[in-house]
Amino acid sequence: MKDSVIQIRNLSKSFGDMDVLKNVNLDLYSGENLVVLGKSGSGKSVLIKIMVGLLKQDSGSAIVLGQEVSQLNQKKLNELRLKIGFSFQASALYDSMTVRENLEFPLVRNVKNLSKADKDKLVEEVLDGVGLIQAINQMPSELSGGQRKRIGIARTLILKPDIMLYDEPTAGLDPITCMDINNLINQVNEEYKTTSIIITHDLTCAKVTGDRMAVLLDGHFGNTGKFEEVFEHAADGRVKSFYDYNFIEQ
Amino acid sequence: MAENLKGNDKVFSRRIDNFFIGLERAFQFVKKFFIEVWIPPYEFKEVIRQCYRIGYNSLPLISLTGFIVGIVFTNQSRPSLSEFGATSWLPSLISIAVVRAMGPLVTALIAAGKVGSSIGAEIGSMKVTEQIDAMEVSATNPFKFLVVTRVLASTFMIPILVLYTDFVALMGAFLNVNVNEMVSISTFFVQVFDSISFLDISSSMIKSLVFGFTIGMVGCYKGYNSTKGTEGVGKAANSAVVMAMFLIFIEELLSLQITNFFRQI
Repeated sequence: MKDSVIQIRNLSKSFGDMDVLKNVNLDLYSGENLVVLGKSGSGKSVLIKIMVGLLKQDSGSAIVLGQEVSQLNQKKLNELRLKIGFSFQASALYDSMTVRENLEFPLVRNVKNLSKADKDKLVEEVLDGVGLIQAINQMPSELSGGQRKRIGIARTLILKPDIMLYDEPTAGLDPITCMDINNLINQVNEEYKTTSIIITHDLTCAKVTGDRMAVLLDGHFGNTGKFEEVFEHAADGRVKSFYDYNFIEQ
Repeated sequence: MAENLKGNDKVFSRRIDNFFIGLERAFQFVKKFFIEVWIPPYEFKEVIRQCYRIGYNSLPLISLTGFIVGIVFTNQSRPSLSEFGATSWLPSLISIAVVRAMGPLVTALIAAGKVGSSIGAEIGSMKVTEQIDAMEVSATNPFKFLVVTRVLASTFMIPILVLYTDFVALMGAFLNVNVNEMVSISTFFVQVFDSISFLDISSSMIKSLVFGFTIGMVGCYKGYNSTKGTEGVGKAANSAVVMAMFLIFIEELLSLQITNFFRQI
């Protein structure tokens, strides 16, 4: 059995009267790609935001790399965040900076004594890895949706994280670009030896990138397991309809 | 009827609650600024970049406005002074009006519109598009990078812009006086500097610092606390301007009382 790098235990979170997560339990094992699926508003993004301390749970625990996130002081939390790459749904590139400056931003603030040559080399290496070296001096507004996603992923990779959290990596992209992003996720996993959580409601993305699926239904994880176990032989009508809807064209 | 009154009471009390909650939130925001500003790492490069944006980019608008204010004020004051045969006092009158009140006020109001709204909209849209969250997860303090730098830049740059506005407004006034009264530039500026005191300059600079701080702080606060969505960004920009202008007028009134107190000592 591999080590568990993230342990979620009895975690609950509500916004006002709405209970989004209800006593959720989840383990992420070293080296795996876990796909978290669920309808919009089911609390998938909330879950990974709790893992990096952007949101605080109401009860329960989120233990990441052996540390309870909600108990960490700012310094310790920042140290932990450097080990986690977070790819945002809308890429969250800094509009006022070029692609190079976007990538340098976490680097110059977190890596001490880095020469300009080293910095340039790292930026170019990572950009080359996502296939967008030619965009180095462009502004985010000049990039397409898929390119922005790639740059967003590159920015998180520059600090060589142990864990990658992808929030809806294929949302709003055409099927071909979706496939490119899916392949990039697998490539990152292989090259950087990361452990990943991929939040999505795109079953193609889930099938291509995920080792294990976890479906979030009504604030709980209903089914977990391999893709075929969870979807193709789903007993739960809601999971089955999720599958039918996604693959209806096939 | 009674139920209606009860409902109105509830709405009223909720509004009062929200007002005090907002006040407390704003106080905490300002307090956080004064704590974060001393803690390293310092974002000098970003402060310089913001100084350039706030200062240099405001120059064309400030120049035009200052120049027109100088000409118009001179023109409007001339008839009243000429009734007493005192048009020779024009330079003194204009210098006092420009340095004590109009320069700082005009600059601050224009900056509130231009700088305040741009800060509010920029930070608001960064919030909406999760750029602030992205900074946070890359172990960077977004408050320090976005808020502290912009507030410092606007606090430093508004007094410089005020000095520049004073100069441009006086040049506009000189042009008008020169054309109408044939006064030379040296005579004009001798009269200008004779009529303003150290207290005038220092009070003008101090209140400009306060205006700059207000514009930066209100813009950042409104942007940072904007609600989700593009509508929220627009609201943040708009309320940053309205709130900053309102506070500038109140500060102007207070500074007038304080300066008058020192003038009487």
